[in-house]
Amino acid sequence: MIWDNAFAISIIPMLLKGLWVTIQLTLLGTLIAAVLGLVAAVIRRLNIPVVSPLVSFMVIFIRGTPLLIQAYVAFFVLPIYGISFNAFTTGVVIIGINYSAYMAEVYRSGIQGVSVGQWEAATALSLPTVRTWCRVILPQAVRTVIPMLGNYLIQMFKDSAVLSAITVVELMATAQSIGTSTYRYLEPLTMAGALFLLVSYPASRLVNKLERRYAPKQ
Amino acid sequence: MHPSNDPGSADAGRPDAPLPGGPRTDRITGLPTGSAPIVAGGPIVAFDNVSKNWGDNQVLKALNFNVNPGEKVSIIGPSGSGKTTILRILMTLESPTEGQVHVDGDVLWNVKHGDKIRETKVMRATRRKIGMVFQGFNLFPHMTALENIIEAPVHVLGMNKAEARDRAAELLQLVGLGAHMNHTPPQLSGGQQQRVAIARALAMRPKVLLFDEPTSALDPELIGEVLNVIRNLANSTDMTMLMVTHEMRFAEEISDRVVMFDHGSAVESGPPEQIFKNPQEERTRAFLQAVLKH
Ligand SMILES: Nc1ncnc2c1ncn2[C@@H]1O[C@H](COP(=O)(O)OP(=O)(O)OP(=O)(O)O)[C@@H](O)[C@H]1O
Ligand SMILES: [Mg+2]
Repeated sequence: MIWDNAFAISIIPMLLKGLWVTIQLTLLGTLIAAVLGLVAAVIRRLNIPVVSPLVSFMVIFIRGTPLLIQAYVAFFVLPIYGISFNAFTTGVVIIGINYSAYMAEVYRSGIQGVSVGQWEAATALSLPTVRTWCRVILPQAVRTVIPMLGNYLIQMFKDSAVLSAITVVELMATAQSIGTSTYRYLEPLTMAGALFLLVSYPASRLVNKLERRYAPKQ
Repeated sequence: MHPSNDPGSADAGRPDAPLPGGPRTDRITGLPTGSAPIVAGGPIVAFDNVSKNWGDNQVLKALNFNVNPGEKVSIIGPSGSGKTTILRILMTLESPTEGQVHVDGDVLWNVKHGDKIRETKVMRATRRKIGMVFQGFNLFPHMTALENIIEAPVHVLGMNKAEARDRAAELLQLVGLGAHMNHTPPQLSGGQQQRVAIARALAMRPKVLLFDEPTSALDPELIGEVLNVIRNLANSTDMTMLMVTHEMRFAEEISDRVVMFDHGSAVESGPPEQIFKNPQEERTRAFLQAVLKH
């Protein structure tokens, strides 16, 4: 198969549309992961009977099964029980929940990294629990978490290709469908790969910068 | 790494500098500034039969220990004798295994052996009468000095922000850091951080202020500035002060009473002249000999 320039150029608009879907998936998925992960980490730390162990179990469960299976179950099995959403919504929620389990661990180490003296100072000042978390502990914990969040965002950007399996028409699915309908796979797949790299490489550089900026000061 | 000269000597002999920030008033404690504290009868801090065990290690042994209102008490004693534990129990950072602690007539702890420890409403209310200055400062590093100080007055006492800021500015003046309001802890030296921490504790108008070795994390050249602030507080307020310290000369100078601890018991308690010049207990004598030798 020889590279066909004219064909390659002709499919650029379609691929860019796919890329846009991938970017939306990633941004929304990361948002969900960042919020749910934080909630999960705080709940685990609060040691609430029943609730905290349940959250811990869910985190282990999610981390222990492949994203592809979670997506399949959500998209093809849950509708049998009357729970169904379109492919994009399902994809965003599933990848968000999946990554939240990893984010929870990141937040946990961030929270653990805040020195016990900070908790003690808050107690000595009689600060209410909610205020202690929101104003004292989390701002310090999240600071150390920001670069990791960036890394997960980039990883999710690439991982979201898995969601083509549940018919989300993102960049990978677009490239595949161009292939099946034209019998030319070289151009769409190569270009899709190039587009992934074109976004993820500068993003990695940016994350590296953030990493340096938010490195713990001492 | 640091020169091993006598820490604190630079300032220990200096006469009291007047408080920066004007008159010594009840602004700090909320109490009248007369020399005699109002003794409504009874101690402000009372430990009754307080024990603390860490596994098999009995750190406090059925301790009875009182502090009178306005009293400046220094606690001395060898490492591991339970000095920090006393302060931490008062600040509710640690629970006793057994015993009662009263502060200003209110129950802080009432624990029987084997009780499950629960934070109670009464405890939370009583805790507000106590402030603590930590060895490691424990300032909130992501907030400015001013923000550190107004945080609790605004969000615990419900003070309005403008008023809290004014008071924080006054307190920063008081500790000689009027020009450092908007600095964050990483921008301040250890001595400056500890002075901000003292201002932060004062902002809550505690009736009892605890100090746990407030200068032992500091470089020798920074100890004096912190001791000066504490000395001025001791001389100018009716606030009760309870300080664990290894600065013997300082304890001798500012204390109304010095208590010697060993193995979880108060082995001797008396005016500084007695403890330092004429100790009655062999263990006090031995301890002082050991620490003053250096
Ligand atoms: N969290 C803990 N777990 C187990 N043992 C502890 C804990 N905290 C303190 N201890 C023990 O309690 C004893 C008294 O400790 P404490 O900190 O009150 O001593 P201290 O008189 O303040 O000593 P130092 O002068 O070294 O500060 C020590 O033997 C210490 O090992
Ligand atoms: Mg100690």
